[in-house]
Amino acid sequence: MTVQQQTRETANATNGIEGSTDERLLQAIASGKRPDPASGWSSTMAFASRALLRIKHIPEQMFDVTLFPIIFLLMFTYLFGGAIAGSTSDYLQFLLPGILVMTVAQITVYTGIDLNNDIRKGIFDRFRTLPIWLPSALIGALLVDVVRYTMASVVMIALGLMLGFRPEGGAVGVFLAIALVLVFSFSLSWIWTALGLIVRSEKSLMMMSFLVMMPLTFISNVFVDPTTLPTWLQGFVNINPISTLATAVRGFMHGMGTWQQVVNVLLVSAIMTAIFAPLTMYLYRNKT
Amino acid sequence: MKEDKKILQNNDWAIEANGLVKIYGKEAAVDGVDLAIQKGTVYGFLGPNGAGKTTTIRMLATLLPADAGSARIFGNDLVSDGAAIRKRISLTGQYASIDEDLTGIENLMLIARLMGYTRRQAKTRAMELLTAFGLDHAAKRQVKKYSGGMRRRIDIAASIVVTPDLLFLDEPTSGLDPRSRNQVWDIIRALVRTGTTVMLTTQYLEEADQLADRIGVIQRGKIIAEGTSSELKASVGRGTLNVQLVHAEDRQQAIDILEDYLGAAVHHGTDSTSLTAQADDSMRVGEALGEFARRRIEVSDFSLGRPSLDEVFLTLTGHSAEQQDSGEEIL
Ligand SMILES: Nc1ncnc2c1ncn2[C@@H]1O[C@H](COP(=O)(O)OP(=O)(O)OP(=O)(O)O)[C@@H](O)[C@H]1O
Ligand SMILES: [Mg+2]
Repeated sequence: MTVQQQTRETANATNGIEGSTDERLLQAIASGKRPDPASGWSSTMAFASRALLRIKHIPEQMFDVTLFPIIFLLMFTYLFGGAIAGSTSDYLQFLLPGILVMTVAQITVYTGIDLNNDIRKGIFDRFRTLPIWLPSALIGALLVDVVRYTMASVVMIALGLMLGFRPEGGAVGVFLAIALVLVFSFSLSWIWTALGLIVRSEKSLMMMSFLVMMPLTFISNVFVDPTTLPTWLQGFVNINPISTLATAVRGFMHGMGTWQQVVNVLLVSAIMTAIFAPLTMYLYRNKT
Repeated sequence: MKEDKKILQNNDWAIEANGLVKIYGKEAAVDGVDLAIQKGTVYGFLGPNGAGKTTTIRMLATLLPADAGSARIFGNDLVSDGAAIRKRISLTGQYASIDEDLTGIENLMLIARLMGYTRRQAKTRAMELLTAFGLDHAAKRQVKKYSGGMRRRIDIAASIVVTPDLLFLDEPTSGLDPRSRNQVWDIIRALVRTGTTVMLTTQYLEEADQLADRIGVIQRGKIIAEGTSSELKASVGRGTLNVQLVHAEDRQQAIDILEDYLGAAVHHGTDSTSLTAQADDSMRVGEALGEFARRRIEVSDFSLGRPSLDEVFLTLTGHSAEQQDSGEEIL
């Protein structure tokens, strides 16, 4: 170090970092040239890989897509099977599509919870000061969530097959049914991301999801054939989007799917996305 | 002349703010802040807890809309040109603005890829920064397992993956030990040498003194003083004379002389041989010391200093910087 350089540094600037700190620092700073901005696609992929890394570091996150499906399916099959349908094996044919819908719909709330956690940390501020296409932060995370939903579906169907589930729609029917579940869940997630940006804590978001999802899943055709219900309740069951999805999923798994069912599910999904995706983005950008 | 001024305005200012206001409930967290920060300089934003530092910075970084007033960052309007501003700034928040569950290298690679680097370039860049910041040994450790000083550095590293033209640092050295603090200071100095403008907030007067070209003192949302460190000190006007006597028995005599010549109260330190007095006029100090020599009062050490920023702060605010903001007695 020349005398001149030394005097330029103030007296008590220690060479704290090992090696020829100054040179390295200056070079590292000087080589931080700005590349062309990331495309919407590459920033989405970057956020998706962040979500995957988080799963790698916090594997407990996967409990909800592995244990939940197993517990729900076993519990409801053996608890209600005898009472409602007379035989667990018959009931399983009816129940599995519905319970799949219920399970995946319920775990969509974790998308909102993750976002809510980000907000309360500084990383949210960092993302919002980056020159990126901001929706990619959410879409990237949601794409990984879709992978999680897929996993939950696979776990549940695998277990169902072991327990005696026999989908008459074959592999194609099951595949289409899962595709509908994923589209619906992706759209439903936007409700939780919007709420995740509004509510103060993840606890209140959990609460709200229970309040919304419990009646929606139980007062639907997931567990019972609605024709056994009083008329006023049937009305609710029939307009309940969970019923719409469960009907379609059941239809395709058992080889009785119709285009109308597909259109219904896509319509409900499109409505949810059209309202809550822009609302989420607005709240994300303007969160204070 | 008028034209000159216009050129200056367009080219020389990193930040120009006029009357920024942010109101929470009924209280104004920021209450009419004006700023003019020149490109390539370090601006120290100094104030006690709750003064409005973070709120101001978040407004300037496009994170929080102002309730009144306006600001331009490199000539871009805060409200209408947010996207252009975000291309040139970077923010290291008061609390870790990285994903603590990810490792150091994963965090830097994430930012690099978001900035537009390819995967491979991102990795190279991340390693380069980790090495330069002395964090290469912890590259594969989760950030939540970092020490406070390491966290701060990885946070700053994330902010300069692409070297910003303007960097906001919100209390970059709070809670760091002197060694870690010096490391952060080195980083800031290196950034400034490569042309980055830095606006940093701090509660430490020494930090502002060490790093900042200009300092703004903020209290209760208002800037109560602004200038270079020496200007701020000069505005208080007084210096301090410290004298260390050799013989304790000379003490009373020395006090009398100092009071006589300097016309100010003399304080004594814990040991009976050190004396301190306010000294406005260095000529009088010389005369007083001459009188010491004539009376054979031996002095082992003496110094005449400008007031410390601490004293400036005390004078400006009526209480010291570290003290909690309370009471109505001030200003
Ligand atoms: N989101 C908010 N809602 C309500 N009040 C707020 C909010 N953010 C800040 N405040 C208030 O605004 C004032 C200024 O806060 P700010 O965080 O800007 O202070 P600061 O100077 O950064 O303090 P510190 O040194 O403690 O970080 C404080 O009185 C604080 O309570
Ligand atoms: Mg603050």
